[in-house]
Amino acid sequence: MKKLVIVGAIALSLIASGAMAQGTLRLLTWKGYAPAKLVKDFEAKTGIDVKITYSNNEEMIAKLRATRGAGFDLAQPSQDRISFVQQKFPVYQPMDYSRVNTGQLVTSMVDAVKKNSSVDGKGYAVPFCYGTTGMIVNKKNAPEANDWSDLWNPKYAGKISYRLKRPLLIATAFGMGEDPFALYDDIDAYRALMKRVEKTLIDGKKYVKNYWTSGDTQVAIIKSGDADVISGWDGKGWTLHEENPDIDFIAPKSGALGWIDTFAIPAKSKNLDAAYKWINFMLEPENAAYFTNQEGYGTASAGALAFLDDKIKANFSRSFPPADLDNIKWHPPVPAGFEKIESKVLDRIKAAK
Amino acid sequence: MKKSNSTFYLLITPVLLWLLALIVIPHLDMLFRSFRFETDDGLWVFSLNNYLAFFEDSIYWFTFVQTALYSIGVTILAFVVTFPVAFFLTKVVGKRYSSFMTLLLLIPIWIGELVTVYGWMILLRDNGVINSFLLKIGVIDTPVEMLFTNFSMTIGLLYISMLFMIVPMMSALESMDDSLIEAASDLGASKWTIFRQIVIPYTTPGIVSGGIIVFMLVIGDYVAPNILGGKSSLWFTEQIYNKFLATFNWSEGAAFGFLLLLLSSSIVWVALKLSGQKLDKVGS
Repeated sequence: MKKLVIVGAIALSLIASGAMAQGTLRLLTWKGYAPAKLVKDFEAKTGIDVKITYSNNEEMIAKLRATRGAGFDLAQPSQDRISFVQQKFPVYQPMDYSRVNTGQLVTSMVDAVKKNSSVDGKGYAVPFCYGTTGMIVNKKNAPEANDWSDLWNPKYAGKISYRLKRPLLIATAFGMGEDPFALYDDIDAYRALMKRVEKTLIDGKKYVKNYWTSGDTQVAIIKSGDADVISGWDGKGWTLHEENPDIDFIAPKSGALGWIDTFAIPAKSKNLDAAYKWINFMLEPENAAYFTNQEGYGTASAGALAFLDDKIKANFSRSFPPADLDNIKWHPPVPAGFEKIESKVLDRIKAAK
Repeated sequence: MKKSNSTFYLLITPVLLWLLALIVIPHLDMLFRSFRFETDDGLWVFSLNNYLAFFEDSIYWFTFVQTALYSIGVTILAFVVTFPVAFFLTKVVGKRYSSFMTLLLLIPIWIGELVTVYGWMILLRDNGVINSFLLKIGVIDTPVEMLFTNFSMTIGLLYISMLFMIVPMMSALESMDDSLIEAASDLGASKWTIFRQIVIPYTTPGIVSGGIIVFMLVIGDYVAPNILGGKSSLWFTEQIYNKFLATFNWSEGAAFGFLLLLLSSSIVWVALKLSGQKLDKVGS
């Protein structure tokens, strides 16, 4: 019954999307990446209708793969999840950098994303925003928690939470004093490292309150007091800090994990014009600053700094003293086949008692 | 003759289209996919490897069995909890109040599964409604850990599926003549005997059809195990989800999907045999 309803809904939505007018931009993005005010401004300025679908990295790939890159005009995957997907299932089309106003962007970021997302010498993405995965800590209850290794520290037994996904495995490896990114070209060594990570996390499982599964559950678990030491995203931690000064985002001593989310164009995008217009619009200094002031994530727009709120600037300087800023570990592109190893590890941790 | 024939075709076309386009073709596609395997050289070959993967790793087995046992358990619990309610609504309370109360019972369905699940989170968490109340009246000193356990998962699954048990049972009970119960008690039968020998046999088709719906809903559910389940709660649909979305291994996901279909179908078949019911009778 329920399955039928879902199938029916999918069929209807396919019909609906087929009938869509020319002047529409179908955007596949993350919650918060298309603030209502900016969408309204964009629609008023260009006359293009914006239709938004919220998603995450895994679902984005699955959705585009199912349609071989149709159904959306613009997507926003993380930069490390583009090239291996593109090699296997061509769901994106090369970015035409001449149509992007790269002059208003941070040059080093544009180059890095172009390099990391490239297949056969062609870049597939433009940076939009960046942030880090680190820890969100309730400093009143856990004043000394400041490293990944505190996620399996008996001192915080029953007050620890994290998301059981691949960034956690990477973070655990750093917390154990290893460098997983250095092993990206040696699959056997990486497999052995993941074995050690698995053991650490299974041994530490008894101290864990629960695994959070989404941005919302991440915020809820520390806000409600169910946990004091959790893995989390900087923007979320800073938003929480505004409501409760005891809670704050902390860059772990062994290195916060840096991610960059991008714009990439699906292979069968029907409205390239609108896609490029949206990219350039969102990265205009004022608009990019509005996004950062709202969500707390850093932006790839070079001129946005001048329009940022003071409290946003304060967040960065509070959580990232210079040494920690230098120590951010930026995700390199994930090699093919690694997620298979990691998924088995994650399964076994989840199943362990 | 010719006219009625064309009416027949007119009426059967939507049914056939529905079955073919929305059920048969997608399933055939999945079945086909489940036998395709990508070799290390990137070639797609016909193979049983996707099914073998299930037997090679004990986690999958373990999850599979646990999902089946919990689903059966929730189905039985749903019967135990809802039978008195169904009996009360059909046999004890008057018709007017009964339809009003049934309407109230339906409210959680209008809200949607996700919202009801979040509601349970508010009730069950450490400083949630239930714990605060128990602390206040002094029954407990420290909060009882209820959320993120197999207990909270079971509650969630039970709550979202209960109604599908009540409705078929109520319709079975409604058609039962009250004079049967009166006659039995006139002849000196105890309440237990009446329940066991008259009420239960009469409502068995309703119980079995409700049971099948509840079991199917629960075994295929994703939201409640995912949100209310704890750090060690395993549910087979989560494994399938991971195959599709985390590792992008659709072939293995499809194979696992078919194994789940096989499992639930065979459990339903065994349940029908044990209760002596026929599918066509229960389905009507």
